[in-house]
Amino acid sequence: MAANAPALRVENLETHFFTKAGVVKAVDGVSFSVERAQILGLVGESGSGKSVTGFSILGLVDPPGRVVGGRILFDGQDIANAGEAQMQSLRGNRIATIFQDPMMTLNPVLRIETQMVETVLAHQEVNRETARKRARDALGQVGISSPDERLAAYPHQFSGGMRQRVAIAIALLNDPDLIIADEPTTALDVTIQAQILYEAQKLCRERGTAMIWITHDLAVVAGLADKVSVMYAGRIVEAGAIDQVLDHPVHPYTKGLIGSVPSRNKRGSPLYQIPGTTPALLNLAPGCAFRERCPRADPACLEEPGLSEPVPERAVRCFHPYAEAEA
Amino acid sequence: MSGPALVELQGLSKRFVKSLDLAGKLASKLGSSIREETVYALDGVDMTVAKGEVVGLVGESGCGKSTLGRIVAGILKPSDGRILYDGRDVSSLTPAEAKAVALKVQMIFQDPFASLNPRMRVRDIVGEAPLVHGLVSRGEFESYLDDVLARCGLDASYKRRFPHQFSGGQRQRIGIARALAVKPDFIVCDEAVAALDVSIQAQILNLFIKLREDLGLTYLFISHDLGVVEHISDRVYIMYLGRIVETASTEDMFAAPNHPYTRALLREVPRLETRHSDFLPIEGEIPSPLDPPRGCHFHPRCPHAMQRCREEAPRLREVAAGRLSACHLNDGI
Repeated sequence: MAANAPALRVENLETHFFTKAGVVKAVDGVSFSVERAQILGLVGESGSGKSVTGFSILGLVDPPGRVVGGRILFDGQDIANAGEAQMQSLRGNRIATIFQDPMMTLNPVLRIETQMVETVLAHQEVNRETARKRARDALGQVGISSPDERLAAYPHQFSGGMRQRVAIAIALLNDPDLIIADEPTTALDVTIQAQILYEAQKLCRERGTAMIWITHDLAVVAGLADKVSVMYAGRIVEAGAIDQVLDHPVHPYTKGLIGSVPSRNKRGSPLYQIPGTTPALLNLAPGCAFRERCPRADPACLEEPGLSEPVPERAVRCFHPYAEAEA
Repeated sequence: MSGPALVELQGLSKRFVKSLDLAGKLASKLGSSIREETVYALDGVDMTVAKGEVVGLVGESGCGKSTLGRIVAGILKPSDGRILYDGRDVSSLTPAEAKAVALKVQMIFQDPFASLNPRMRVRDIVGEAPLVHGLVSRGEFESYLDDVLARCGLDASYKRRFPHQFSGGQRQRIGIARALAVKPDFIVCDEAVAALDVSIQAQILNLFIKLREDLGLTYLFISHDLGVVEHISDRVYIMYLGRIVETASTEDMFAAPNHPYTRALLREVPRLETRHSDFLPIEGEIPSPLDPPRGCHFHPRCPHAMQRCREEAPRLREVAAGRLSACHLNDGI
């Protein structure tokens, strides 16, 4: 892989679900890119389409869902419509995933060793002994003590944090170029979350792995990510370098979201409240999806705003963005 | 702390014992190593909550914070220790008085999907208790119900609907309305905003703050989310494996934590203001309450652990005005 080319570039990705009640545009024209050794935070609330974006990249969207448009360029090659065989050779190999609930991703009736060795053997032409050694090393790397004994254990013998480490170790096995992490620390305690974030950061820095960190938690992204894309109702509404977006949000939704996070200087005072709730994506009316909840909405917002780039590397989808000085 | 204590806990302990079944008893008679298992969920907890105060209780999963909340709300009985409500021991009350106290203490739960009966309409979920307990007459019932719903930001037209017709945030409002309907003084919020999206969480937190101002409520706010607790609480208790390790006013606690566990916890809270951080986590995980470590429960993970910490459990004692901490490091260093 070339040094400076993005590890992954997603262009105008559209993933729609064709349900009996109508079309749900879960992902509707999403674009972003992530480079080697870079962590992209993909932030949004439930139903914003952030997880479906991840699934689309992995080719894991099940019917009635389908990727209907756009390109997913991984290492320069479009995998948006790649066949199952090609995706299988990529998944778990060059593109790895960490999901939210490690109890769901690990097979409860197989030893950790079986699951890890299988992952190696599926993609590499090595013998069982080498595969086992690699599994043991991976466990050691994510801070699991006495990896030899742990290999023989079953998932239920691990705590939640340990299971998530095992999941990360499995993701590491084939030295992937890209890791997609979907809410990997949401179910974990603060101290365990910090341990997982530490491992992720180490991985990214030492191995140059590109990472997409999907989460609803702005505070986690603030400490971890290099850049961030904020999603709302299937679209990216604001994107840019992490400091830029968090310190000077220009989209009313981003600004509202940041305002509603409790933080040190807002103690005791009422939090900013985004009125209403996220819209249902089924048969979403055209125009800006946020206009019902937006303090700046006017008749212009009945049209769909395009993604503009006020400064390079900074994108916003709004007719009435805040000026950076205001924010 | 301000004003008289509304709720006071003295030496509260809770043990859950998994007793042996017949086969287990036989096996144990025959010399097997099977024994009764005891979980020490709470171990001598003292706590006071003054009238009108919001007290935050923070800890990681399995530390016993929910058990404590359930005992305070009267759902569980303590194994040892006393609960004083308005200065009177709850266990010494007459049945009628105990019922009155039970009504004054209400609880709001974490999961707004699991804590509402899916087959009941909102009017019954919220209205059943005040009607049964005679807090409102049938004639005034409808207008009373409308008031309670309106206070929680719910439209009166929602009364005939079922829980599945609402979003998560609205369901949590229904849960709050149910608690408020019996005119409580004291509310135990057990992870009441943990399951909500950020923008909805802000709405519910604002509602809690407003209800406190309007009705003079007292809260015990249980959460693992330090940001939320810092926002809403006047005073904070930090819990680790069934024991309180530190308590102080919110400002003091967050400005200068004393206990090594609190320090680690506060350092690791992700914040909007911290960017590109270098994560330096504390090692290890919270030990099993089935077999808690001897001495100070935190010593296997503590960077400052010394011999004494392995043998002797530190007492919670005052280290500065209004601040209690349970750590041997505070002795003569």
